[in-house]
Amino acid sequence: MEIVLALGIGVLTGSGVWLILRPRTFQVIIGLSLLSYAVNLFIVAMGRLGSGAAPVLAERAAGDPARFVDPLPQALVLTAIVISFATTALLLVVLLAARGLTGTDHVDGREPGA
Amino acid sequence: MRDHLMIAPVVLPLLAGAVMLALGGERRRSANALINVAAVFALVLISILLVRDADASPTGIAGIYRLGDWPAPFAIVIVADRLSALMVLLTSIVGAAAVVFSLARWQRVGVLFHPLFQFLLMGVNGAFLTGDLFNLFVFFEVLLAASYGLALQGSGATRVRAGLHYIVVNLAASLLFLIGVSLIYGVAGTLNMADLAVRIPAIRAEDRPLLEAGAGILGIAFLVKGGMWPLCFWLPGTYAAAPPPAAAIFAILTKVGAYIVLRLSLLLFGASAGASAQFGAEWLLIGGMATMAFGAIGSLASQDMARLASFSVLVSSGTVLAAIGLGHGAVGPALFYLISSTLGLSAFFLLVELVERGREPGADVLAVTRELYGEEDELQESEEVGIAIPATMGLLGITFIGCALVIAGLPPLSGFIAKFALAAAALDLDPGAVPVTVWIFLAVLIVSGLAALIAMTRAGISALWASPDRTVPRIRLIEMGPVLILLILCGLQTIKAGPIMGYMQATARSLHVPNDYIHGVLGSAGERPAPRAGGT
Repeated sequence: MEIVLALGIGVLTGSGVWLILRPRTFQVIIGLSLLSYAVNLFIVAMGRLGSGAAPVLAERAAGDPARFVDPLPQALVLTAIVISFATTALLLVVLLAARGLTGTDHVDGREPGA
Repeated sequence: MRDHLMIAPVVLPLLAGAVMLALGGERRRSANALINVAAVFALVLISILLVRDADASPTGIAGIYRLGDWPAPFAIVIVADRLSALMVLLTSIVGAAAVVFSLARWQRVGVLFHPLFQFLLMGVNGAFLTGDLFNLFVFFEVLLAASYGLALQGSGATRVRAGLHYIVVNLAASLLFLIGVSLIYGVAGTLNMADLAVRIPAIRAEDRPLLEAGAGILGIAFLVKGGMWPLCFWLPGTYAAAPPPAAAIFAILTKVGAYIVLRLSLLLFGASAGASAQFGAEWLLIGGMATMAFGAIGSLASQDMARLASFSVLVSSGTVLAAIGLGHGAVGPALFYLISSTLGLSAFFLLVELVERGREPGADVLAVTRELYGEEDELQESEEVGIAIPATMGLLGITFIGCALVIAGLPPLSGFIAKFALAAAALDLDPGAVPVTVWIFLAVLIVSGLAALIAMTRAGISALWASPDRTVPRIRLIEMGPVLILLILCGLQTIKAGPIMGYMQATARSLHVPNDYIHGVLGSAGERPAPRAGGT
């Protein structure tokens, strides 16, 4: 499980970093989305991996913190997802505005050499 | 009632912004403007009360507000100590100046200026007051989201292009912020700043590299915001393209990064942090000095005043970061400098627009090549509103000189005292031999001041004296007033330098020995050694 998660985070981060270094705005926005997925998975991983455990308290299982999954990173991830969703939507609007105003989808607003 | 005062800088802008939107947003602009002005002046009063409370309290903490009244490590806390109260006061003053300035013209340029402005203030105040790392992230995002909207006010290709870079860079920085926060949580098991300060000395040696990696990544996220070289290339373009009232309040945003670096490095990695003490201090010093040098070169190279102001922002935040890296005695003067330079820069951002108003667009670039071309177009001033003050040009010139004095650090205004105190503190750090880094710091400090002076003088001469193609701009009192008030505050900072520096030194002392902060937040729980058994 650890290796799958680590590989997943690695592949998402690598693709994301490559994409945000690309010259087209759409590639950048997809890269940022991939990076935010990687970061969300990373936050969950920081709250200890495990499967089948109750989120906070199983019935009659109180008292042993090792038996349940840490709820705090899940709350953090939820917040992070909402915020990155909102900011990505905002970026999308600016991207469209930039496309409309400059007539190109290059991140610098003009084609190289133009 | 007084207990709830410290949450007001967060709740009041939220309510004000929400009421404006509920009233109908753009369709009720004058009502929105009224609410905005009332809210910012209420914030100034509230923050003055907070500063007085913090200064009067023996622990230096005006109060600790537990949201939902849960005990401290579990609930998010709002802490108003001397530093937070001071930063909130600075935000409110600059905010009030920018809002009053915007009433004349800029509120009509974009959409939803007033609600966005209030949400920005909410985010900034929240970031200054919160005592929890993840809550800090949330407030950061609030202020960033509002600043995206403000930076794009008025639209136009330049603004949208600069805004696109600004948003992408800050989104990437936010992701780094999250990685840093979750690494720290994974190692230390808490995100409450005071609780972290208690737990960090007890972190096991094998977990320490992870913790320091987390802190380093977190630091990079803040330094992107604070504009440290080489993370600052987004800043000049964005700030120069932003509408002036937004740029004036953006001068605070770089200081949010510097504030958090200062707060966390001294709270988490201060003298009592065990093996991690002084983590990153030398990087702050080197990076800060590189930022000052980059800003100085950039301000010499910039051909228009808005870019000059943006590079001056870099010099200012570089100076603050380098002084934080020096640590110890330099922190108090660094705070004094932070206040003075932020007031001066905000005034300058507002002033730039007034000076530029009477000139044709691109006049600065033309001025450089005027000898070659030697032809000017007649400028038509048509739809400006207000009365032309006969002494307008004189007043503009005097305020320009005032801004230049503050930014370059010359007497008689507060910039000089701030830089003098910084230099004196840097020389006093080590009573034996003065290390070579301090000499370099002093050299960069003085040279960056000189560069600012040269660049400002050149810009001033070409804009106010030697400009053949200018008409006297029509400037209204509510536009000139805020600039003058900000400069008068710099003057007051000079006259009252003793008491203000005393406040800064007391702030620096309580930052270096954060026991009162930790005990205040955690209560008696602050005593426990708090080992964490589980690990990640």
